[in-house]
Amino acid sequence: MLIFTFRRFGLALLILIVAVTTMFLMIRAVPGDPVQIMLGPRATPELQARLTAELALDQPIWKQLAIFYGNLLQGDLGTDVFSGRSVTEIVFQQLPHTLWLILSSIIWSATLGIALGSYAAAHPNTVIDRITAAISVSFVAAPAFVVALLSLLIFAVNLQWFPAIGAGEGFWGRLNHLVLPAFAIGLSWVGYIARLVRASMLEVMGEPHIRTARAFGLSERRVVMIYALRIAILPVVTVIGVGMGFLLSSAVFAEIVFARPGLGKLVIDSITTRNYPIVMGSVLISTGLFVVSTALADLINAWLDPRARAAV
Amino acid sequence: MSDTLLEIDRLSVDYETARGDLKALRDISFDIRKGEIVGIVGESGCGKSTLISSILRLTAPNTRFRKGEVRFKGQDLLQLPEHKMRDLRGADISIVFQDPMQTHNPVLSIGQQMLDIQHRSQAGKVEKRARAAQMLGAVGIPDPEARLEQFPHEFSGGMRQRIAIAMALMSEPDLLIADEPTTALDATLEVQIIERLQELQQELDCAILFISHHLGVIAELCDRVVVMYTGAVVESGDVREIFHDPKHPYTRRLIDCDPGHIKERARVLPTIPGEVPDLANLPGGCIFRDRCDQAVPRCASEVPPLSKLKEGHHAACWLNHEEVHQ
Repeated sequence: MLIFTFRRFGLALLILIVAVTTMFLMIRAVPGDPVQIMLGPRATPELQARLTAELALDQPIWKQLAIFYGNLLQGDLGTDVFSGRSVTEIVFQQLPHTLWLILSSIIWSATLGIALGSYAAAHPNTVIDRITAAISVSFVAAPAFVVALLSLLIFAVNLQWFPAIGAGEGFWGRLNHLVLPAFAIGLSWVGYIARLVRASMLEVMGEPHIRTARAFGLSERRVVMIYALRIAILPVVTVIGVGMGFLLSSAVFAEIVFARPGLGKLVIDSITTRNYPIVMGSVLISTGLFVVSTALADLINAWLDPRARAAV
Repeated sequence: MSDTLLEIDRLSVDYETARGDLKALRDISFDIRKGEIVGIVGESGCGKSTLISSILRLTAPNTRFRKGEVRFKGQDLLQLPEHKMRDLRGADISIVFQDPMQTHNPVLSIGQQMLDIQHRSQAGKVEKRARAAQMLGAVGIPDPEARLEQFPHEFSGGMRQRIAIAMALMSEPDLLIADEPTTALDATLEVQIIERLQELQQELDCAILFISHHLGVIAELCDRVVVMYTGAVVESGDVREIFHDPKHPYTRRLIDCDPGHIKERARVLPTIPGEVPDLANLPGGCIFRDRCDQAVPRCASEVPPLSKLKEGHHAACWLNHEEVHQ
């Protein structure tokens, strides 16, 4: 298990390096001179030349990359061109908002999805199963931005149960502000996870080792909860790990629709102003988040399933 | 008979399907006495698996028990409430399944699984572990203490089947059902497993219902044998009797087809021509008629009863009835 952990995180680091380098090169391929956009049309050539030198944009691309990685190792993501503040500071200020949004979305949707899926699998082809199927599929089919706008209209504007915009203050205030965006992002995941758990559970329940467990007189509860669910949950863990990437992109529009602070909003704002250091910093953190979550999913799977420990 | 352990009495089982009812078992009758080894032979699809899942009542949801009784120590298992039935499973009746690669839970250690199946025992965890290790030792797993920590995928097929046997015998059951336990293993392993099973059977004095399509193993191991064809018993009796003087054409053909019985080098291995009839749409008369080379007119019109030829030898064939030959 320890060897597996080291190897898995080694792989994660490699993925991170490739992803960050690609991002670095891609953002420089976007047309438009960042210096001109930042300084506006009335800047003097001297000022433009100074900023270009400051951002090391006059250097060859490989040298820019080397400087970037050198700073990165020291935890320095550069400085914001406008405010002059440290990018690391700005990004880490926004990160918790996004992190809480993603985590609360995944927790509520996974809990409900696993419960619905297991219940449907325990009663296959009954009316209850059909109803859960219909609900799940419509949840999956509902685009998150539609859910976001509708829930905003119904629960915030008409019913006024939850606040419409912002992030709130204090624990309860923040939680209250989280409900609608987390609902909007998580809804389609409920349906998706429910369908996945049902299929996976039905498959496992048909496997010979379940019959063995029953043939030894183990209680049905133990058979389902320990012998079957532990296997049926494996694909769900993987999907959630990979799903962090989708959730990060969902968070971008949720933050815009609900006018929440967060990583997504920061990236969008910075891209429109060609604020390279902030874009790079945010993307780097998002990528890191994604790589870490897939690695964590693999670790959880390896803990649940001894056969997976041999892989990687 | 007071020493009868399991008595299957005119058991008929159907599977409800979209095509109509599949008659998986028809009028099955045989019994197993205490400490006896009874073999069941027959081609794939003859109802062997349905029979054992019916005994344990671990059948698919579309199974319908139409008729008959499964009496275990005089008690009809088909009438037992589910919780009472569960008390019997793995305690009085144990089973070793066919495929050792699939029979254990892949994500739990062997020790954990062997501990779990002792759920009825009042013993402490340490005691249960010791018992598990002792059983692994008894089936010939070296270094059992350490191997309890391991997971099924860390064992070979032969070892896994030994573990399955150890698990089945741990509760010292009165009846062990062995569903083709050696079919998935190679020949040398088969001999080892059979020998070990024989030793343990004598030690624990449990009865065994041994299902196989390998006649050699049946002849070696069993006291009595039941020959099944498309869900019905066609012949049953003492092993020696059946192998030396089979009274049903199907049994005779089955013995002829066994590679162990073919003396000369044959260019083509013998087979039984024809196909097994459709269980949803059984023809009238004798079910083996279409594949039988000795069929007489009566076979087409009447189902031959399983009649007693002599003490402990039954067969269902009109050829054994005097009036046919006259």
